[in-house]
Amino acid sequence: MSTFDDPFDADRNLQSGCVCGQHRSAGEHEQAALALRCEPVESEETRYEGVVASAVMRAMFPQDVARRAFLKSVGASTALAALSQFFPLKTATEVFAQTGAPEKKDLKVGFIPITCATPIIMAAPMGFYAKHGLNVEVVKTAGWAVIRDKTINKEYDAAHMLAPMPIAISLGLGANAIPFAVPAIENINGQGIVLATKHKDKRDPKDWKGMKFAIPFDYSMHNYLLRYYLAEHGLDPDTDVQLRSVPPPEMVANLRADNIDGFLAPDNICQRAIYDGVGFMHLLSKEIWDGHPCCSFAASREFITAAPNSFAALTRAIVDATAYASKAENRKQIAEAIAPANYINAPVTVLEQVLTGTYADGLGGVKTDAKRVDFDPFPWQSFAVWMLTQMKRWGQIKGDVDYKAVAEQVYLATDTKKLMTEMGLSPPASAYKSFAVMGKTFDPAKPEEYTASFKIRKSS
Amino acid sequence: MTSSLRLRAGLVSIVLLAAFLGIWHLATRSTGATTTMSPEYAKLMGLTATQGKSALPGPLDVGAKLWEHLRRPFYDNGPNDKGLGIQLAYSIARVGIGYLLAVLVAIPLGFLIGMSPLLSKALDPFIQVLKPISPLAWMPLALYTIKDSSISAIFVIFICSIWPMLLNTVFGVASVRKEWINVARTLEVGTIRRAFTVILPAAAPTILTGMRISIGIAWLVIVAAEMLVGGTGIGYFVWNEWNNLSITNVIIAILLIGVVGMLLDQILARFTRMVTFPE
Repeated sequence: MSTFDDPFDADRNLQSGCVCGQHRSAGEHEQAALALRCEPVESEETRYEGVVASAVMRAMFPQDVARRAFLKSVGASTALAALSQFFPLKTATEVFAQTGAPEKKDLKVGFIPITCATPIIMAAPMGFYAKHGLNVEVVKTAGWAVIRDKTINKEYDAAHMLAPMPIAISLGLGANAIPFAVPAIENINGQGIVLATKHKDKRDPKDWKGMKFAIPFDYSMHNYLLRYYLAEHGLDPDTDVQLRSVPPPEMVANLRADNIDGFLAPDNICQRAIYDGVGFMHLLSKEIWDGHPCCSFAASREFITAAPNSFAALTRAIVDATAYASKAENRKQIAEAIAPANYINAPVTVLEQVLTGTYADGLGGVKTDAKRVDFDPFPWQSFAVWMLTQMKRWGQIKGDVDYKAVAEQVYLATDTKKLMTEMGLSPPASAYKSFAVMGKTFDPAKPEEYTASFKIRKSS
Repeated sequence: MTSSLRLRAGLVSIVLLAAFLGIWHLATRSTGATTTMSPEYAKLMGLTATQGKSALPGPLDVGAKLWEHLRRPFYDNGPNDKGLGIQLAYSIARVGIGYLLAVLVAIPLGFLIGMSPLLSKALDPFIQVLKPISPLAWMPLALYTIKDSSISAIFVIFICSIWPMLLNTVFGVASVRKEWINVARTLEVGTIRRAFTVILPAAAPTILTGMRISIGIAWLVIVAAEMLVGGTGIGYFVWNEWNNLSITNVIIAILLIGVVGMLLDQILARFTRMVTFPE
């Protein structure tokens, strides 16, 4: 995902990119993928050098055509030599890399011990915070309400939160309204519906009437995805089944004790239920909505205003860690780094199955899905709009809501985009994208119509 | 006679312990492979699923793990993973602070209330309402108003352990035998001197009993409070290991909580014996 433009490549267009951002077009990306050219950047310095050189070249040749023509005629190495003659690229790079010194170096970041928090957690043992000049203590926290209160009370400078939580806090749902912001999404996908082993023949949701399900929190993607899934199969989640907010570690114990029939939970909990032989994977959340966000990295507006440089450094560290985690070949190493009692505290086998995507399904089969969990930091504002439509749909928000305004206030797409560009990554051009949830397309420009289009919803 | 009784009681205790451990061991034995699985699948599964190992650990597992903990009780692997000795020290320190604050407030206040029948009657309804409130019910309120989780934990210990001490002090002071006070009065002893030389020694056993009940409650509360606020302490340890579904470690923590609770209780029991007097 990290982009390293080579500004001295005549065929390279400096403005746009492919899905991974490293190539000019989708076609070229495919080709590169075949040739295994999608390599990570060796160091921060090379990355910054590329960024600075791009900027200089762009300034010299505002017209891309002219730049290409120039490069074609003199050759890249000559151009580089010529450019270095009158422009000290090295010095410029050094200046660029020295972003403002953080106001506060010793920070506390809270997390919940689940694999969604992978970038936040791994950034500590793997040195991503240190690399960006911060001394961060990652503190394990007992539950979502506690992490919310501790962040509001400023015991934590920033925290791992479920993606809808900062929106709920900013709107004052379930807490006093305090403006929060999300500079980065932690993970996409990586959740699942697990049912008790005794239900292995009840795979059709239509047979689930009267069952009891656990979700981690009311303001969670888990809640919205499970409700969405049930409603698409004709069950009203408010009347036909029971949904309970249960802290993740209690879910496996409750499933074993037969207090619940299943859950839609964050990973390592799903895999843990399978590992302990009490349940099986009915469905990965990815099969409901491929690429859905789950958890976010959040901080209060107050912290952002008080310590903008610390906040920027934190975001850079998280984005950096996320980029590292998004590469399949790094996943095993990450599983080992985050498994100890100081971090997630779970068997390495379980974390490896979650992160590598080769897992036991609980029914005797081994399945492989490399995208079971993935990491992509960009805080799409359309994600926030979708969450707001679901909050409205299930009666968490009463009355009218300005979808776009809230999404743009909480999900800091513009700032993150700027930061990612500075880091040499290529963020998407727009903060809105359309996507499909269980085959139904969501248009972020028409949230009101989308909410109204559902037959099963809480009558308000 | 008494020594043989003690010997016999000790023997019965050991037999009971052995029987308990034996039954525990038998009940948690592996039942052998439950189903046949492909080796590739089995590699991804836990022992509970592959070898029919009981979800509850046996006494041998717990013993081995306990030994591992006792060998290095003070390791420190970062903010979320510390040795049991450190965790217990955090908990005891929190209990100590909350409890001492409660003592400082409860005993003087109890003394005043006990010496005035009017106040004693007037404050009784408030005390009765506040006394039975669970520590977990105080927690959200404390977190919300105090805005600091470790002070909140100490506050919750304070607020939960103050009532038995207060009530016992009031009761002890109020029920000092009238004859003694009258004797002091005829001898023209001043109020302050009367309080310290007559009432305090007379009420001391009751006050100490209240303190003993309170330390028990404080120790109960700390586990619940630390499970909620997290960070450090034996309650956090239980929560962290529960998170990992490591019942072995949870059982060890239960055992240690019991032992420390007993020690705290014994210390106060000794103090109580020191101030008891024959009538």
